[in-house]
Amino acid sequence: MGNFPFSAIVGQDEMKRALLIAAVDARIGGVMIFGDRGTGKSTAARALAATLPPISVVEGCRFNCAPDARDDCPDPCTSKKAHKMSVPFVDLPLGSTEDRVLGTLDLERALAHGEKQFEPGLLAKAHRGFLYIDEINLLEDHVVDLLLDVAASGQNLVERDGLSIRHPARFVLVGSGNPEEGELRPQLLDRFGLSVEVKTPETVEDRVEIMKRCDAHEQNPSVFAEIWKEEDAKVLRRIAKAKAGITKVHTPDSILTDTATLCKAVGADGLRGELTVMRGARALAALEGKKTVTRAHLKSIAPLALRHRLRRNVLDETGSTVRIERALEECFG
Amino acid sequence: MLRVSPTTVLGDRVSDTELALHLFVRNPHQFGGIILKGPGPVRDAMVAFAQEALAKRGPVARIPVNIDSERLLGGLDLSATLAAGRGVMRSGLLNDCSGGVVILPMAERIPRDIAAHIAQAMDGRKLAAILLDDSVDGDEAPPPVLTERIAFHCDMSELRQFDGAASPTALHSAALTDMQLVGLVNTASALGIGSARASIFAHKAAHAHAEFHGRAAANDDDLTAAVRLVLAPRATQFPPDAPPEPESDPPPDQPDSDPGDDEERQVEDMDLEDILLEAAAAAIPKNILDQINGTAKGKGKGQAGRSGQKQKSAQRGRPLGARPGVPGHGRKLALIDSLRAAAPWQSMRRAAAAANDLRKIHIRKSDLRVRHYEQRRESLTIFAVDASGSSALSRLAEAKGAVEMMLAQAYVKRSQVALIAFRQNGAEILLPPTRSLTRARRALAALPGGGGTPLAAGLQAAQHMAETAMRGGQTPTIAILTDGKANVRTDGTANRELAMAEAQQAAKSLAQSGVQCIVIDISPRPRVEAAELAEALNGRYLPLPQAQSTAMVAAIESIGG
Repeated sequence: MGNFPFSAIVGQDEMKRALLIAAVDARIGGVMIFGDRGTGKSTAARALAATLPPISVVEGCRFNCAPDARDDCPDPCTSKKAHKMSVPFVDLPLGSTEDRVLGTLDLERALAHGEKQFEPGLLAKAHRGFLYIDEINLLEDHVVDLLLDVAASGQNLVERDGLSIRHPARFVLVGSGNPEEGELRPQLLDRFGLSVEVKTPETVEDRVEIMKRCDAHEQNPSVFAEIWKEEDAKVLRRIAKAKAGITKVHTPDSILTDTATLCKAVGADGLRGELTVMRGARALAALEGKKTVTRAHLKSIAPLALRHRLRRNVLDETGSTVRIERALEECFG
Repeated sequence: MLRVSPTTVLGDRVSDTELALHLFVRNPHQFGGIILKGPGPVRDAMVAFAQEALAKRGPVARIPVNIDSERLLGGLDLSATLAAGRGVMRSGLLNDCSGGVVILPMAERIPRDIAAHIAQAMDGRKLAAILLDDSVDGDEAPPPVLTERIAFHCDMSELRQFDGAASPTALHSAALTDMQLVGLVNTASALGIGSARASIFAHKAAHAHAEFHGRAAANDDDLTAAVRLVLAPRATQFPPDAPPEPESDPPPDQPDSDPGDDEERQVEDMDLEDILLEAAAAAIPKNILDQINGTAKGKGKGQAGRSGQKQKSAQRGRPLGARPGVPGHGRKLALIDSLRAAAPWQSMRRAAAAANDLRKIHIRKSDLRVRHYEQRRESLTIFAVDASGSSALSRLAEAKGAVEMMLAQAYVKRSQVALIAFRQNGAEILLPPTRSLTRARRALAALPGGGGTPLAAGLQAAQHMAETAMRGGQTPTIAILTDGKANVRTDGTANRELAMAEAQQAAKSLAQSGVQCIVIDISPRPRVEAAELAEALNGRYLPLPQAQSTAMVAAIESIGG
């Protein structure tokens, strides 16, 4: 069955915005989606991956190498031919072993031929695409650790089983989880660029619309896709334009000062928050086709970039979003 | 106006579970699956019926609860590989069942990693699941990641017979009207159901029900059936008893249609919702009802119980891989790692071997590897707090502080905390085992004080929770915060002497279960009762008249580790 079209997702604007920003600027460092079950988290991530234009891959390459960027490939990767493949979307389930994620010694070759060869894991599969982890808060800690490390460095380094392999693994990391079912360690949260909180749509219209669209999609996916094709194409053009234009977006010094003031006011630890706000605001401006970052961009990105970085006070019940909004109010009126 | 009472909708013959089963069997992938709770001959008959019907259309396989992820997902078939001298891959069960149905017995015990793989396969719409849930109420539950993706949750405890009658002929029926969809949505929100999946399932169920009964368009019967089958078992709150009058004050989640809306339509609208809510109220399982009435009290989401139970599954130790060694003495051979260690030497060993040595693979003792895990069992600290009038409110505040401090540390130690309060005439689980600060805060905010001291009930509740935790592989520790003066019996009647005797008995039973206990005496002047309680519990006694949270935390940690 075909994927649900990205633009047909009802509401959830913040989540869609965060995913678009991550698609425009991969350096933003992944998106964490908090929320209840059944709010369209995985549907949205999957839909975006399916919307993006196919990528060109060297034929026979097991590491999704692009024809013009194959120097880092551990395989010979010499084929002159290339083929198109859709943007990878890898769904990493709970209980995945390190072997499966990182890749491991190719047992078949080892047993049959006594050869030592690397068998790529899920990280290699996700290269140049999306890596989606549902219930990341329930994933075993050591797997989360290594994922975030790879996501940050863009490289998977395997030093085990007598192997010593390094291959590129650049992907948009999308994690999702429900804080009611267990917390994610703060130091891990901080590694995610953006975080969004999704809620069940509250209006009856939205909920009815969701039922109708899901039904229409299931009855006939291809007809449904046809209806939304134009909208999806628009999204695609926006992303392409933003990707091309982001380097030309100007960030005035006043915005940088504002960013620093805001981060100081909310008490976000470390520099990651500031950098993410800046990059996010820039990507947002690019998505809107603007040439200059404005305070409006800053305001709209701040909750996404900062809410998961605030130091937790066990006894303070005020939600992070509220604290950021308050700070925005105080700093910029 | 037409009133359809839930009983007449039910029909004379077909029970709801049977109906759900028929709808599921007709289109398994649309509904994700069906949960059949409660063992018995009726369930066996139903499973056999479903199996036979489904096997005509696709693969059906039973997945045992102890399956490993390798068999589930497939991989290298070691024995075949060794025999053949070349790589032989074996396809996994999930792949074999693609397009079919899996049956999961003992669904409440499925490890969550296995559940996650199955859920992933279900998301691709290539797999449906029949969950056989044998849990006893409140103890365990199938993983939410699966239940969320399954339309029908059936409790079969009251079902006596199943005849598997042939279903009526089906017919293509029209889509639901907007008004009907609005009715479903409003019913879902009145029942406190947030997930969009639930409404989508309800929509499909109503439509399938109409087709099942050969109707050209869905009517109220179909909608009530959908509400009973899909929405009611998911209720997290009880719908308001009397829906408000249409004229006076429309509920907030009414459609925001313009105020000049046709009066008549509005009235009709309300009727439909009345009917649906009534059907829902009648179909909400009794145990959920108790849960809702007992704990939620209008605030919070009743989902608490479910996710809490899920947390119970112990974290497996961090696998540290394999290390050289000879198996035996409880150490397990790590076959793959051993072969891996042997692999690079094969060509050399083959060359060195005698000519008549035809072994395909040469393994030396030095190649052997054994499994090695970092042993770390998850710990659970259960606070049983005396919230009666004799324990001053300020102490309750300190107890809350201690729980929150322990939780903050749980970040680092990955341990869990639970909270039981006993007051007036019984004990209440305010916080099922959790690591979540969000939920803990909500539960603590709701901790009321005052009333008598049902100490025995508190001890029993703590023991029950501790034993459940132990079965799940956790190490529980119980911290009892009380002055030890019981005056309410387990049946809720006030009688100091009998209450004390009951408490002593409960304490002894708890001591026998082997759970580590600590009694923290929070009375202003430490008295002999609490010390005696500690003795009966075979636990530590800590008089803490000031009941500072920090001292409390230190003391509990010293025994719990």
